[in-house]
Amino acid sequence: MSTEVPAGEGKKDEQAEPLDVLDPNVTRFELVKEALRRDGVEILHYEPRFPVPGTKEEKRVVRTISFFFVLSGLAALGFIVAYIWWPWEYEFGGADTWSKWYTPVLGALLGIALGGIGIGILTWSKKLLPVEELMQERHDGASDPVERRLTGATLVHIGDETGVARRPMLKRALLFGAAPLGLAALMPIGGLIKDPGDALFTTGFNPKFNGGNPVRLMREDGTLIRPEEISVGGQITVFPAIPGGATLKHADSPTLLIHLREPDAEEARNNAYEMNKGSQWENLIAYSKICTHVGCPASLYEQQTNRLLCPCHQSQFHITNNATPIFGPATRALPQLPISVDEEGYLYATSDYKVAIGPAFWERERK
Amino acid sequence: MKRRKLDVKQLPAKAAGELDDRFQLASPLRKVLTKVFPDHWSFLLGEIALFSFIVLLLTGTFLALFFDPSMTEVHYEGAYAPLRGIEMSKAYESSLNLSFDVRGGLILRQMHHWAALLFMAAIVVHMGRTFFTGAFRKPRETNWLIGVLLFWLGFAEGFIGYSLPDDALSGTGLRIAGGIAESIPLVGSWVSFALFGGEFPGDSVIPMFYILHVFLLPGLLLALIGVHVGLVFIQKHTQWPGPKRTEHNVIGYRMFPNYVSKQGGFFMLVFAVIALMAGLFQINPIWMFGPYRAEVVSAGSQPDFYVMFLDGIVRLFPAWEIRAFGFTVPAVFWPGIVGMGLFTMLPLMYPFLERRFTKDKAHHNLLQRPRDVPARAGVGAMALAFFIICTLSGANDIIADKFNISLNAMTWGGRIGLLVVPPLAYLMTYRICLGLQQHDREVLAHGVETGIIKRDADGRFYEVHQPLAQPDEHGHTSLEYNGWTVPKKMNRLGALAPTLKGFFKPIEQPAPKPEADGEDGEVGDGEKREEITAGK
Ligand code: HEM
Ligand code: FES
Repeated sequence: MSTEVPAGEGKKDEQAEPLDVLDPNVTRFELVKEALRRDGVEILHYEPRFPVPGTKEEKRVVRTISFFFVLSGLAALGFIVAYIWWPWEYEFGGADTWSKWYTPVLGALLGIALGGIGIGILTWSKKLLPVEELMQERHDGASDPVERRLTGATLVHIGDETGVARRPMLKRALLFGAAPLGLAALMPIGGLIKDPGDALFTTGFNPKFNGGNPVRLMREDGTLIRPEEISVGGQITVFPAIPGGATLKHADSPTLLIHLREPDAEEARNNAYEMNKGSQWENLIAYSKICTHVGCPASLYEQQTNRLLCPCHQSQFHITNNATPIFGPATRALPQLPISVDEEGYLYATSDYKVAIGPAFWERERK
Repeated sequence: MKRRKLDVKQLPAKAAGELDDRFQLASPLRKVLTKVFPDHWSFLLGEIALFSFIVLLLTGTFLALFFDPSMTEVHYEGAYAPLRGIEMSKAYESSLNLSFDVRGGLILRQMHHWAALLFMAAIVVHMGRTFFTGAFRKPRETNWLIGVLLFWLGFAEGFIGYSLPDDALSGTGLRIAGGIAESIPLVGSWVSFALFGGEFPGDSVIPMFYILHVFLLPGLLLALIGVHVGLVFIQKHTQWPGPKRTEHNVIGYRMFPNYVSKQGGFFMLVFAVIALMAGLFQINPIWMFGPYRAEVVSAGSQPDFYVMFLDGIVRLFPAWEIRAFGFTVPAVFWPGIVGMGLFTMLPLMYPFLERRFTKDKAHHNLLQRPRDVPARAGVGAMALAFFIICTLSGANDIIADKFNISLNAMTWGGRIGLLVVPPLAYLMTYRICLGLQQHDREVLAHGVETGIIKRDADGRFYEVHQPLAQPDEHGHTSLEYNGWTVPKKMNRLGALAPTLKGFFKPIEQPAPKPEADGEDGEVGDGEKREEITAGK
């Protein structure tokens, strides 16, 4: 093999063509080498993997590869059989049912089928294809200066032909025509825009959802709540007693109702912000469950320390002090729902939350 | 009438002739067939991403046949008994059906999810490899930019896909995304309302996400991946420096048959790994989470790993809310929006920043070993440390629980770590790079340690070194330090014969002597195979 780096395209033409490609007597390998030479590829090293065909080693490699292909075929057949005949219908709690193994069996068989082909091809490539090392010229970087000049001139000429530069009025008129058209094309997306209105400031406890009357508290199953039903130190999640009050239609409404122990209730009463004064009913206190950080339910209540933990980013709120955040990324207290008991003995919200519940937003204080 | 005989052997040549008559293929085809590709294991990382993406397209299409992107409420009556009779969205119901009532649905669901995780993991590692080796330098900045976009598109596609089943974890993720969207100054509530078609959760986000997930984002990904791989083809792959390798050539093997067969085999292997994982390891068992309800969340609910760094930094960022003139800039705006903006912009700008600092405007086709550019390796280590701390903090409640550490201590540890560890990582990486360079230079000057200890006449012990080239009279070799891999072990020099193959008896004659152009013949030529002589 010549070790000389083949010349670039320009020089090639000057060289005498060393090989008559159309000569019927040239061998195929000579043609291949000629092709490589013309494409700027030089062979640094090339040798068949098995110079002497039919050695034991070669046969062994061929057997190995065949084994993997056959294995693959068998696994694929197995996959088809298992897919069709393996019992697949799910049975709950079926500890020793066959169907439990449906997915693992499919996965293992498919894995073996694909892997067998993969290993077979890779072994073929690594163990049977000739060992080769070739060197190709890159020809990267900028184009030939002549080409650049010609193309540059052509581009500028085209620009000139349109005359945009010479006719400023056309330029301005086109801009005026195209810019609004671009904007017009964006308009249909406007269908997505919805005015938030006061939606972020109201929850299902707003009387407007109850024909102007105060809204009672209910459990998830729709039953109303009497104060004595909640044991001291206990807590339940409550919802507005309106149609769909416990559904995602009112995802902003879930509220945590806690029956504080006497001293804690006293502490909470004393700590209450101006806004929260009178919101407790006896020892019952209700806070929005929607975390003021980014809106997960703050739902882990620790009775001993009177803390409420939000499991999403671990904000902690101090229940006996207006549910102010004492640790974590939340900045604002959980809003308190003002509650009382009506003449029938059921808990109800005397009004909606007094501030927007949940995550903060730009115009939050504009109510 | 005489039937013309069909010569089967002549068919391919005839077909090729017919095609060339019409499309003039001979020359362009040959250029593709014989294009030379350099080889290195680290060049396979991008391929893993590419192959998992193909698996994602295949499995995703299957899922789309059965998935119903609707938020209409229904009563579940499927095979999974514990949830029967429960109200849920059709999206969740159809995802459950895919897991229990569609034959083979579960394994395809799990393949889709594992492929997504592998895709993102491969992108991150591939990005690291292009960064630390300087593959992003001129003329490959465009591919770096596309790569960063691919990461974020993959991130969005993954997050949206995770939302589609509408289970409890999806809903929690959406709620958090909504909360972050609301934090944008001025337009936050409007953005959130546009996203959910009203107040969270509304009933339009799943159908909207569906069209993004199966059409818009995959289309964009496919187009960008096409350009990305196309550019690698046109600009030709970078190569590691080594004997005969220059900025102006590529040394490797031909596209056909070598490169393509290796790629094809490797694709099948990646596919196989995904299938095995999907069959054997459960992922995202949505039936255990139940439908989304605004008032329930379980502790330890985690997003997929590539979203955890965002979750982590949101956990760590202190409660700094700005309130002025009756307006609020929520604390989460800083990590959630500004932070993610920086995570996008800084990597996008990196190649240009580096160019400014190094004033290196040259064209580069040879890669750099990380140790040869300590400052860049340091910056990379810094970014990696930041990413890892954020990601770990995204699971700090689980870590706290498993190792019995207080949660608050974990949070503070993360906050302090985020400020302290990255600079330390920079300094340490810088030192390590210099140390590695130093050692390379030592070996170039004195040779490889042979492990042979000799005792000289005065009773002193010393180790024999095998010089890498003919030493001068002081026993020193003057090999230039040029960024090549320096062999550090004797078997790298071919001094130890390879082990024989065969189970009961050798199946081949012991190899003669490894010849000069063996795989690791990176340094020197004839000299290195000489008998070990005493060196210093
Ligand atoms: C969808 C995800 C991606 C796919 C499918 C993909 C695929 C590929 C493939 C097949 C290659 C050629 C082989 C290699 O160098 O590994 C490549 C090269 C490259 N990729 Fe990616 N990639 C992805 C994401 C990224 C990312 C996230 C970055 C960086 C931010 C990136 C930057 C690059 C660069 C700079 C090259 C050229 C490398 C060279 O020539 O040495 N890619 N990519
Ligand atoms: S949502 Fe409660 S701490 Fe983040």
